[in-house]
Amino acid sequence: MNLALAADGFLALLILGLAIWTIAAHATYGAVVGFVAYGLLVALVWVRLSAVDVALTEAALGTGLTGMLLLGAAARLPREVVAPRSGRGLRLLFQMAVGVLCAGIAAGLAAIVLLLPEPTPTLAPQVAANLPTTGLGNPVTGVLLGFRAIDTLLEAVVLVLALIGLWSLAPDDAWGGRPAALRPRQPGSALVLLAQLLPPLGILVGIHLFWTGANHPGGAFQGGAVLAAMWVITLVAGLTKPPRVDQRWLRIVLVVGPALFLVIGLVGIWLAGAFLAYPEGYAKPLILVIEAALTLSIAAALGLLLAGPPEPVEPLGGQP
Amino acid sequence: MTLALTIFTIVSVSLGAIFFLAGTVGLLRFPDTLTRLHALTKADNLGLGLVVLGLLPQVDWPLGALKLIAVWLLALLAGATVSQVLGAAVRPQPGTPYLRTAPGEEPAP
Repeated sequence: MNLALAADGFLALLILGLAIWTIAAHATYGAVVGFVAYGLLVALVWVRLSAVDVALTEAALGTGLTGMLLLGAAARLPREVVAPRSGRGLRLLFQMAVGVLCAGIAAGLAAIVLLLPEPTPTLAPQVAANLPTTGLGNPVTGVLLGFRAIDTLLEAVVLVLALIGLWSLAPDDAWGGRPAALRPRQPGSALVLLAQLLPPLGILVGIHLFWTGANHPGGAFQGGAVLAAMWVITLVAGLTKPPRVDQRWLRIVLVVGPALFLVIGLVGIWLAGAFLAYPEGYAKPLILVIEAALTLSIAAALGLLLAGPPEPVEPLGGQP
Repeated sequence: MTLALTIFTIVSVSLGAIFFLAGTVGLLRFPDTLTRLHALTKADNLGLGLVVLGLLPQVDWPLGALKLIAVWLLALLAGATVSQVLGAAVRPQPGTPYLRTAPGEEPAP
């Protein structure tokens, strides 16, 4: 019996069980906790598949950030939602439709994986052959910022669009106010201590993740997520206040990453012959500059997404 | 020497695993949130600490070892903070006896 196979099989069973438990859980809060644990286990699976970049993203964004958003949503929902008796049949029909659709997607995915031709079509050899032209050591970063840079550019823009969508949920008189979803009620001294101890280390880790992304697993999104987490910890502990959404520097920080990416991509038309192409020999420094700006913008956007829409400006001298 | 280090690793990691097992049993069996937190911190602090201690001879010195120790210290910090926050969240108002139980369970004796 292969020990590694046994461990992988146990991990797969654990994930399936936890997924079923999360769906079946009655309490919203419990379901969110189940989802977070599920995401961490999925990150372990990505590590087992040697996809450390994906594992980092899953842990930071798919689990940490999404889990925090879901926790916030669970906190705003009423504690015990008693379903009305009327319309129970309709709801059952709806749930069954959702279940059938999900099963259909799972079956479709399984069919695609099982019907893949042998050998599986892959672009990996081409990436490996062309990676030296970028000067990078991490093929994932090479694909994300070299060969398929347009996808990453659009992802970065989508984040800004998401934030605009969130901010537009604010009532008119709240415009220009501060986001208040993370306003601490009574942060205990333990939380304040954590918010003082952890950020120096976390900021270092975030910058390291961005910097090491050129040659090792890591990158702008993972680094930005860690930086955003450090900011959010200080917000939750009440050590810092979220910025007013109408401040110019905030807007600049939010768009500097995508804007710089776009400008360098446009300059590539003249200097390298194609949109988002890098001039020969300058690929790595340009990619690092883009990633640095992207890390900053992503960190700000993720933090503000967690901080929620702006709320009405407090009256002068008054505490809410 | 290598054999002694291997044995040390096996003993220490096994001890750590026992603490994780005990912590999990406590988490499932203890009656209320505070005692469950108590069980959980045993797994976090001692269990993870013993696993890290056991793995130290197996990794390259000093970078690998320092990373492992950093993981343990960060887990300690996170565990201690979460325990404090959870404990404060379930703390009864002054003057009322502590009887908080999860729904559907027998109240603590």
